[in-house]
Amino acid sequence: MLLLSHPVPPPRPFRLRLLTTLLAISGCAGPYPQSTLHPHSDFARATDVLFADIVWWAAVVFVLVDVMLLVTLVRFRHRPDRPAPKPTHGHTIMEIAWTLAPAVILVFVAVPTVRTIFATAGGAPADALKVQVIGHQWWWEFKYTDLALTTANELHIPAGKPVRLAITSADVIHSFWIPPLGGKRDAIPGKTNYIAFRADSTGDYSGQCAEFCGTSHANMRLRVIVESDSEFGAWAQNQLASPVVPPKASLAEQGKAIFSRSACIGCHTIQGVSPGTIGPNLTHVGSRATLASGLFPNDSAHLASWIADAPAMKAGAIMTRMKPPLTDADIAALVAYLQSLK
Amino acid sequence: MKSWLTTTDHKRIGLLYFWTAFAFFLIGGVEALIIRAQLAQPNGHVVSAETYNQLFTMHGTTMIFLALMPLSASFFNYIVPLQIGARDVAFPRLNAFSYWVFLLGGLFLNASWLVGPLFHAGMLNVAPDGGWFGYANLTERPFSPGPNIDFWVLGLQILGISSLAAGFNFIVTILNLRAPGMKLMRLPTFTWMTLVTQFLVITAFPVITVGLVFLMFDRFFGTHFYIHEAGATPLLWQHLFWLFGHPEVYILILPAMGIVSEVLPTFARKPLFGYTVVVYSGILIGFMGWGVWSHHMFAVGLGPIADSVFAATTMLIAVPTGVKIFNWVATLWGGDIRGTTALHFAVGFIAMFIIGGLSGVSHASPPADLQQTDTYYVVAHIHYVLFGGTIFGLFAGIYYWWPKMTGRMLSETLGKWHFWLQFVGMNLAFFPMHFIGLLGMPRRIYTYPPELGVAQLNLVSTVGAFLIGVSVLLFLYNLVRTRSRGQRAANDPWGGATLEWSIPSPPPVYNFSVIPTITSRLPRWHTERHKAMQDPPATPPAPIHVPGGSWWPLVAALGLPVMALALLTHTLWIVFAGVALLLFGIYRWAFEPFEV
Repeated sequence: MLLLSHPVPPPRPFRLRLLTTLLAISGCAGPYPQSTLHPHSDFARATDVLFADIVWWAAVVFVLVDVMLLVTLVRFRHRPDRPAPKPTHGHTIMEIAWTLAPAVILVFVAVPTVRTIFATAGGAPADALKVQVIGHQWWWEFKYTDLALTTANELHIPAGKPVRLAITSADVIHSFWIPPLGGKRDAIPGKTNYIAFRADSTGDYSGQCAEFCGTSHANMRLRVIVESDSEFGAWAQNQLASPVVPPKASLAEQGKAIFSRSACIGCHTIQGVSPGTIGPNLTHVGSRATLASGLFPNDSAHLASWIADAPAMKAGAIMTRMKPPLTDADIAALVAYLQSLK
Repeated sequence: MKSWLTTTDHKRIGLLYFWTAFAFFLIGGVEALIIRAQLAQPNGHVVSAETYNQLFTMHGTTMIFLALMPLSASFFNYIVPLQIGARDVAFPRLNAFSYWVFLLGGLFLNASWLVGPLFHAGMLNVAPDGGWFGYANLTERPFSPGPNIDFWVLGLQILGISSLAAGFNFIVTILNLRAPGMKLMRLPTFTWMTLVTQFLVITAFPVITVGLVFLMFDRFFGTHFYIHEAGATPLLWQHLFWLFGHPEVYILILPAMGIVSEVLPTFARKPLFGYTVVVYSGILIGFMGWGVWSHHMFAVGLGPIADSVFAATTMLIAVPTGVKIFNWVATLWGGDIRGTTALHFAVGFIAMFIIGGLSGVSHASPPADLQQTDTYYVVAHIHYVLFGGTIFGLFAGIYYWWPKMTGRMLSETLGKWHFWLQFVGMNLAFFPMHFIGLLGMPRRIYTYPPELGVAQLNLVSTVGAFLIGVSVLLFLYNLVRTRSRGQRAANDPWGGATLEWSIPSPPPVYNFSVIPTITSRLPRWHTERHKAMQDPPATPPAPIHVPGGSWWPLVAALGLPVMALALLTHTLWIVFAGVALLLFGIYRWAFEPFEV
């Protein structure tokens, strides 16, 4: 009887196998870097377990109702010799039963739901790594509150340590989402939302903005690099260091000069060089793997085209073409400088 | 031509609603197919980011406000007066006004595709591009400087007037124009659900109107209703929008539920099982629909208490919905089920709506929803509810009532092809979206990288969407073919229980030669307690006065887009012209001689 048997979700391997089989049938193969079904943190696992629970209840209800419907359709299909149907108008006991049945099932969904709501409300131990996440059209800024460290689009965190993200926005509403590490929270101007989690293991996860935020909403991606404690420490150490000073008479030094006298300084910070805060902090831009909010590899060819004409590479990009345009030689020097900022 | 422009006959207005809404349905469908073509493969290049954002905004806006709501309205107009034994709606000229405002509002919105050059932009550049939900502060002037959002705000304001006028009209009609003996608990279920829907319309539309007026003032007059820097919050928009938006979901689904509750009993030859329970659960859904809006906002961070409360109310609303489904299955149980096309669509509604309802429960749970909201999982959910639900229900209604509305039977063979193509197409198009979303693809993105691993699933979905396109063309062919070659319909081709089947198809202009007296919930059926009623005589015993047409609803309606034009072009004198036109129309309408 439906009411008495709470279908316990089978252990994960089975469920994953089921999904993988389904996906294999449809011709898809992994890995799925943004999958919500492959959780890699306590937060993501909590929501996944809850979802699995609901899916099994839903599957049971779906099969029951649809089998009932199909049996009815086949058994009572029109036949010329069928006598006129009895004009039943209703049945009180049955009405009560099928009002209560879904209500009882929903209690089984509601109780773990409320538990999980409070468990994932964004609270974290005092020693958690605190990062402020600021959404911009169309990139992400990360400020490590206790480390006085600012970077963009690539979030580094240590594995196994609690992390608390304080999420807000500098312009319109965005939504911060790294599916393998947990559910999304909106980045809203004038409001701060919190996510707390502990990543299971090291790895490179991708995510992206989930709230429509204008022209390049599709291109507002991000990466999260979960590292071992020591790797994270080394990374933070490097980010805290002053920016590289290019050797005298090098191409990079020319690049620094061009950077310093161009409009670049109005928007970008390079510590000790420029104070702009509209665009991403470039103090250690050479250490990042991607460009333009996770769209392109950070190599000289892409960086050169990006500096020359960003809107051509990313619809609506706010970094416009320089007026008067930079020469190819200027761009080559800028690329050399920015890439030296490891 | 003149007789159509001036008509106040609810049947003609119903047909005007149908063809206009169907045309918008085709436009919204073409927009959907371009979207699917773009997403058929990763890094798609069919359209640009800017065009894509306009396409999904207009697809949603068109389907909800210009296709589904007015297709339901076409049945409210045509069928409700017939079901309650009335000669017309309570306010026939207001009814015409509603239609013209709807048509003009729809044209105004869609004109935005073409008039770019007037705003120093290209064609296909100034259509609304902020999503059908138009979240502030993205829709504020600093982030959306062009006329795109102006078209959207003004277009929706115009359409809201149409819906409100129709809402009051149908409430008065259903409450006051019922034939003698038709108590409320003898109303046909479709009419009941229409009544509930109209109460939702007149209470929900003022909320979005307030939201839109605030946004309009922000955009045009420099107020700060949604601007955080001025001490406000953009979340105010979300609360107002979803406070309207969730009742709107029931405005879209309740009429379809009403249709299904008419079609199933007719073709199972059994009364609706649990009529009272079905009616009360519809009313309950109407009330509870007001207490769930924040489930659209679980990612907003309203706090664990608010999230828990809205999770509970949202789950509760599944109960009356489930009750309806069980009653429909029980209606079929023990029947003599004739597998007409209308029945196919009604049963398809049940099967598809269950899937949408169950996925709905999964995002009623806030933590689970944090992984699902704003992803393709939700796109799958709304399409199971609005396509598998509302559209299947509306098609059931079309196949069921088309003989009554036009006097000719739609081809059943073509109808079944239409059903099965659409059934397969919709499942191919929308089922994979559950997985696409769970694998991490957000909604409203014009491009996605191959690394996401969702390319094949997206391709399947696109194939399904085009299959739906083929099925709709087949239906269109069926409609056109039926005009000349359809078999003529008798008064009652299906053996229906309700009043509309007691009069000719299509009905004469006065509907009922003699207003019938009702003694049972199923007046045309012989039940254990009641004999079947006698159909009204073919010719009226005495001449029946029918009011003539009027130009003034159309003239008054024209004033509204003119007023909108004033804001769009920032030209003050135009607003006076628009107001003058509106007032002139209303004045002449008010003092129109009763006899024309």
